[in-house]
Amino acid sequence: MKPILMIDFGSTNTKVTAVDLEEGKLLGTAASYTTIQTDINDGLENALKKLHEKLGGELDYAAKYACSSAAGGLRMIASGLVPELTAEAARQAALGAGAKVMKTYSYELTDDDAEEIAAIKPDIFLLTGGTDGGNKDNIIQNAQVVAGIDADFPVLIAGNRAAVRTCQKILEESGKQVMITENVMPRFNELNIEPAQSKIRELFLDRIIKAKGLSQASQLISGIMMPTPAAVLAAMELLSKGTEEQKGLGELVAVDVGGATTDLYSMTDGAPDRAGTVLKGLPEPFAKRTVEGDIGMRYSAAGIVEAAGMKRISLLSGLDEDRCWELLDLITEDTSTMPDTDELKAFDKALASMAVKTGLTRHAGTVEKVYTPMGEAWVQSGKDLSRVDKIIITGGSLIHGEPEDVRDIASHALYNLAEAASLKPRNADVLVDKEYILSAMGLLSQYEPDIALKIMKKELISYGTAQ
Amino acid sequence: MENKKKLVIGVIGADVHAVGIQILDHAFTDAGFEVTNLGVMVSQEEFIAAATETAADAIMVSSLYGHGELDCRGLRDKCNEAGLKDILLYVGGNIVVGKQPFDEVEVRFKKMGYDRVFGPGTAPEETIACLKEDFNL
Ligand code: B12
Repeated sequence: MKPILMIDFGSTNTKVTAVDLEEGKLLGTAASYTTIQTDINDGLENALKKLHEKLGGELDYAAKYACSSAAGGLRMIASGLVPELTAEAARQAALGAGAKVMKTYSYELTDDDAEEIAAIKPDIFLLTGGTDGGNKDNIIQNAQVVAGIDADFPVLIAGNRAAVRTCQKILEESGKQVMITENVMPRFNELNIEPAQSKIRELFLDRIIKAKGLSQASQLISGIMMPTPAAVLAAMELLSKGTEEQKGLGELVAVDVGGATTDLYSMTDGAPDRAGTVLKGLPEPFAKRTVEGDIGMRYSAAGIVEAAGMKRISLLSGLDEDRCWELLDLITEDTSTMPDTDELKAFDKALASMAVKTGLTRHAGTVEKVYTPMGEAWVQSGKDLSRVDKIIITGGSLIHGEPEDVRDIASHALYNLAEAASLKPRNADVLVDKEYILSAMGLLSQYEPDIALKIMKKELISYGTAQ
Repeated sequence: MENKKKLVIGVIGADVHAVGIQILDHAFTDAGFEVTNLGVMVSQEEFIAAATETAADAIMVSSLYGHGELDCRGLRDKCNEAGLKDILLYVGGNIVVGKQPFDEVEVRFKKMGYDRVFGPGTAPEETIACLKEDFNL
């Protein structure tokens, strides 16, 4: 046996996953509750103790890898020029790097924005704007505003290469740490986010980890610390594309409904399914992640209700509306409420269904019929997910449910006639991350992709087809 | 290389005539301009967004299907609004319905804020000569 350990430092949980590299199989998982107050290492020790109890003894790990979303995750601010162009490219770069995007700014930063940024105190500020050789004034002006902010955060510049040096000087003179990389949009509508993402990862490693009290833990660890969402994204990409030796599952979407936010992932180029469709907007990355900050099962339950309407929640849960409002108060006041009554179970199921629906609707592209003198034509923006036939369900609030319930909830991710413009999957197999190993497999994928893929294929359990 | 004049070109509105704009793209690029070609079915907002990011010196609007007069209205105002104050605006193609006296058409489009208006069948060379004149090249 050659065991290795993957650790996921979360904001409320530390999860550990042990894998045997020799056999290429999962040995076991365990989790321990952690709070912001308790030392992150206590959580790790507890989780390990639990794991070793399960496995019947301690293991001698050949390597330990970790990812983290502790202490608020990787909190970033993105800025660009035009909202749907460089500002969106910057936002995509940050999200794909596993960041929590606190705010995205476009055009010129104002004094009010500066105050807001100072209050947010991001872990990284991503400064972009202008294509290469394009607009310079805006990014330089914004560098000046950011330089004037009295808060300590590094600035990553990924804008018009003709303006980058000027921005660097302005920011360095103000004492900010500056990193420079390629433009997120070197030419109009050309997305180039990988260079920025690898710099974000570097910054995360050498700055953020220290700042978040993880450096002590990092001494125990042999390999990369990455933000947890970046690990999940890596796992999904591997699962979809496969390796040289093993086929992947092809196009897929994944949903992670958390207590405060809902993360969505899609692995597909999202090209139009219908011939003669014109694409509008930024090209989409194959591996795309979006986060809905107002959609979650506890802290953001009110956001689900706002998006879906309490009428819908009441219909789905079979509870009357007044009772639903009471339950909403209950779970938002005590966010640790567990669904331990039939009523709460029904309410949670309705909430989860609408979280999945809202999240997928926002993640998926749309198609619009336009009437031209020649007849009908279609214009698509965003990704077409209609061909995608697999939905991965992960996240603590969903994976423990009964198979029928999870399948019902997942079915809300699908296309429906009432929103014909939304390019959501038409039907899909539901695969559930029952052992909650996706982030661990993302970490493992950086070293042993074949083993990570093999384990995912085995451990993701099919709950049938959602309809 | 960095000092090339930058053009944003595209076919406005719901117009799908894709051939002419491709020819213009090649012709302008060969003549030494840096061209951002938005293709067909381009909204006014897309012209402006592209011109903003690329710091374009001119927007070249093409319209062939006869709805040009409706589609082109208001672009100058929106440019002003977006801070593209002195950007050059050209329009060409079959910009109005049917055959109308060109001098009248030209007056109407100039009133809308277009700096130059080109009638059907304009050769790219003519437009390039105008660009060079307007940019003092
Ligand atoms: C091919 C064609 C189509 C094809 C287009 C295929 C495609 N995806 O490209 C199809 C069948 C789809 C089509 C549809 C229609 N078409 Co049609 N089409 C033509 C046709 C025969 C050729 C166009 C072409 O490619 N020309 C070759 C290129 C190189 O020339 P160009 O486009 O004129 O561009 C040059 C110049 O005009 C100039 N130029 C163009 N833009 C600009 C901009 C600037 C700033 C400058 C300086 C110069 C400039 O430079 C270009 C390069 O040299 C013309 C007739 C004709 N012979 O021009 C009709 C024509 C353009 N179509 C016409 C019409 C009416 C239509 C329809 C409305 C028909 C209908 N009722 O269904 C639809 C509209 C569809 C839509 N939503 O856009 C009319 C427009 C009449 C008008 N303006 O009053 C024309 C003129 C035919 C006619 N005589 O009636 N069409």
